[in-house]
Amino acid sequence: MDIFGVPVQALMAQLMIGLVNGCFYAVLSLGLAVIFGMLHVINFTHGAMFMLGALLSWAGLYYFELNYWVMLFLAPLVVGVFGIVLERLFLKRIYKLDYLYGLLLTLGLTLIIEGAVRSVYGVSGKPYGPAPISGVTDLGFLMIPNYRLWVIVASLMVCAATWYTIERTRLGAYLRAATENPKLVEAFGINVPVLVSLTFGFGVALAAFAGVLAAPIMQVSALTGQTMIVIVFAVVVIGGMGSIAGTVVTGIGLGLVEALTKVYYPEASSMVMFLVMVLVLLVRPNGLFGGVE
Amino acid sequence: MNTATQTPALAVRGLHAWYGESHVLQGVNFEVRSGEVVTLLGRNGAGRTTTLRALLGLTGRRSGSIRVFDQETTGLSTHRIARLGVGYCPEERGIFASLSCEENLLLPPLFKGSDAGLSLDEIYRLFPNLEERKHSPGMALSGGEQQMLALARILRTGARLLLLDEISEGLAPVIVDTLGQAIRELRRRGYTILLVEQNFHFSAALSDRLLFMESGRIIDTLTPDQLDDNADKVARMLSV
Repeated sequence: MDIFGVPVQALMAQLMIGLVNGCFYAVLSLGLAVIFGMLHVINFTHGAMFMLGALLSWAGLYYFELNYWVMLFLAPLVVGVFGIVLERLFLKRIYKLDYLYGLLLTLGLTLIIEGAVRSVYGVSGKPYGPAPISGVTDLGFLMIPNYRLWVIVASLMVCAATWYTIERTRLGAYLRAATENPKLVEAFGINVPVLVSLTFGFGVALAAFAGVLAAPIMQVSALTGQTMIVIVFAVVVIGGMGSIAGTVVTGIGLGLVEALTKVYYPEASSMVMFLVMVLVLLVRPNGLFGGVE
Repeated sequence: MNTATQTPALAVRGLHAWYGESHVLQGVNFEVRSGEVVTLLGRNGAGRTTTLRALLGLTGRRSGSIRVFDQETTGLSTHRIARLGVGYCPEERGIFASLSCEENLLLPPLFKGSDAGLSLDEIYRLFPNLEERKHSPGMALSGGEQQMLALARILRTGARLLLLDEISEGLAPVIVDTLGQAIRELRRRGYTILLVEQNFHFSAALSDRLLFMESGRIIDTLTPDQLDDNADKVARMLSV
């Protein structure tokens, strides 16, 4: 059976790849949105943190024989702590300035991080080796590698856990309140600067988590994060900063749109995101799920 | 009240505060004894709101001495001052729009080692409207409900010194009455309260003392029973 001249099997395979990519977009843009909400910093280092997560997961295996599951936990932790150090050393100095300074500062940090990795490992990719979960599952209409199934499940679980923490817990209430009025939250006796540092650490840890998930699928290299960050910025612009669920839906949706474009008009697949972005900005300048400010 | 021998709950000496280049507080001196209700009165721009904000370190640069429960606080960060047992109800009420009414109410953390806070039941008894609206988002509450919520949420925490900025402003008389009753109840329970008020009659009926501010200083202090004898002076100090 064909759909618009494409065999269903091929279409499904592309959609599955799109779904996996969409999951990466969702986890990354979720971290970006959480960081922006709290710090008002457009975190350009997010792609580099994704890359560091992937690199650490490769390095853990290569140098210390720490397996994937250990690194899935350890890499986000290390990157999160690294993020907190960056926040304490640099970012906290620019909160009172225009957004542009945060973008420039994090762009500079990105160049330093990527440059450092490049000088050690070069630009060619490091192959991760066999995926930690092997085998294929037959879904009837589609054969899906088990590892990709795991990536989808793990990403959705992390997104759901993040949503729950922010929307339903006490810590989340602090975060939402501090996003609105940090001074008043501080006047209630809450240490907001620590909350800000932890938020940044958590946001970049999410990026690293996505990086570890991606390592067995993509090549691990200094530039892994670069293409990712540009797309993820587009996702955040399209989704708007308004809601967590919105960010996740937008990420996955755009992964699927990208995949469909690859099937039907491959020439446009790398620019379809930006076309969607332009259209959304024309109709809804605050993004699909963005509130009116 | 017969508490003159105690250390004051709040002692402010030579307090100066700035917003950028503008020198708003120019040597404020006053004390609030434990269990006392004191109101700061004055014209707009006299520095009353700035005084409350300066107590919590929410202004720009400040100098002088502020002792809260006998601890110097001018070197402390805002959240540490709050944890000494200070509850703040800002003029703009500061209800978080994205939090529900009950989330707003439960937001301020309880202070360690203090069992002085009101329970949720006691709070809902004081302000029954808040229980009815507990699932409503903060932005859907009426002005009166927001004001009750802003006051209620600092009563849970165990704060013993309450800084209340213009809580009667712009509200219907029936709500002003509810708030007045709440203040009386808090006073009966021994809370120390510093009010900033525009509503002279509201505050005169509640306070032990009234402090008059002008140009960033406190220029006079009266007790409510001295008001009649000083009516001309009071009118002069408050009129525009």
